[in-house]
Amino acid sequence: MSFSPDPSTVGSALVKRGLADMLRGGVIMDVVNPEQAKIAEDAGAVAVMALERVPSDIRRDGGVARMSDPQMIQEIQATVTIPVMAKARIGHFAEAQVLQSLDVDYIDESEVLTPADEEHHIDKWGFTVPFVCGATNLGEALRRIAEGACLIRSKGEAGTGNVVEAVRHLRTINSQMRRLHAADAAELYAMAKELGAPLALVQEVAATGKLPVPLFCAGGISTPADASLVLQLGAEAVFVGSGIFKSDDPVRMAEAIVEATTHYLDADAVTKVSTGLGAAMKGIETASLEQRLAERGW
Amino acid sequence: MPLVGVLALQGDVREHVATLRSIGADVREVKRAEQLDGLDGLIVPGGESTTIARLLTTSGIRAALEKSLAGDLAVFGTCAGLILLASEILDGRADQWSFAALPLSVRRNGYGRQIASFETPVTVAGVGTVPGVFIRAPKIETWSSDVEVLATHDHGDGNHPVLVRYANVWGCSFHPELTSDDRVHRLFVDALR
Repeated sequence: MSFSPDPSTVGSALVKRGLADMLRGGVIMDVVNPEQAKIAEDAGAVAVMALERVPSDIRRDGGVARMSDPQMIQEIQATVTIPVMAKARIGHFAEAQVLQSLDVDYIDESEVLTPADEEHHIDKWGFTVPFVCGATNLGEALRRIAEGACLIRSKGEAGTGNVVEAVRHLRTINSQMRRLHAADAAELYAMAKELGAPLALVQEVAATGKLPVPLFCAGGISTPADASLVLQLGAEAVFVGSGIFKSDDPVRMAEAIVEATTHYLDADAVTKVSTGLGAAMKGIETASLEQRLAERGW
Repeated sequence: MPLVGVLALQGDVREHVATLRSIGADVREVKRAEQLDGLDGLIVPGGESTTIARLLTTSGIRAALEKSLAGDLAVFGTCAGLILLASEILDGRADQWSFAALPLSVRRNGYGRQIASFETPVTVAGVGTVPGVFIRAPKIETWSSDVEVLATHDHGDGNHPVLVRYANVWGCSFHPELTSDDRVHRLFVDALR
């Protein structure tokens, strides 16, 4: 008799969160074509995010940003051996179904695309493919986990090349977790209400002091020192969007951010890879933004 | 107690460190070549094999670890670590190198992409049944007759080894570090004494 694994153990929470664990200490790079995907893999990316336009171009072009063309995702899957992620619009479960049908390795339900539902995120428990979602604070992170997200990333402010919002989100999530961890058990009910998060998850964070899934950083990382900063602030891996392919020398920038992510506590190593690197992406001061992507999702 | 290193360039380092500490081993995270000195054993964790391979080269650990492997350092590769130790990699990058310390061929994502990742019980010789967590797991396709097969799994295409030992080098397709069952780590650490 041939073996077929018990279906309940395919796509279990452990194998979904486990893939996120395997990406820790790594860099996930946004790519728009197979050539960029190859550069990312050569430079040591742990995964690529396949999308049609990087966030800075989405910001510049305006219009509705949607899931990428399946053909482009398949071309990238055929080019690299590392995991391939792709983005679906917030609440657009039919785009997510298409991405699952394409066998992508992770779906990012992303505020970088134009939301399809202003009330509901995707019910992610119904999928075999794991999801990553953005968050600006602990309540948002726990709501996404309650919906089935297996990996949380800070939202930051995508496409700006400015790390300030990612830092704000990481610091907020971590300080809120520290408050829960220090709280009396009787205080957790009111804290759950204040966070707008399920009590069971609030109690779990209070007990362990950390999220039940990995916490990565995204949104505005554009130099090796940015990567070192957010890892020292508690992020376990980084997503780099526009920061690589909008820089002067994408190959060296990609390699340098990978090195800085591994050796983030070693200032000499970060210095070495930062030296003579050429210009990072130009970037935008966030106070001047007309559209804040981080405000999408709730 | 034996001093066990965990290669800490990328991947799920923390779980290996925690499991090793819980069974009483002394643990050192290895990010630089000189941190290999004095180790009784080394675990190469799960992660992305192409990423870890690049970081092994740029950090200088690759050359040092080649010498250590030749000098009988006990090394245990889990998932990506198995790929890095195999003598032949199928479906890898065209230029993907490995330490070639285990005489076997391994197929990257041999059990499928993430959508096919699964859990199943695995029976380990002399140990019993442990939980097997297979995530984009490499499949051992062919192996030399002098490789000791400690556990196998049949995914519908016959038995394939999932935990092996060849002299001082160990490899495993699944992730014993992701569960609370520490018996596979004990097996490795007990062999170091």
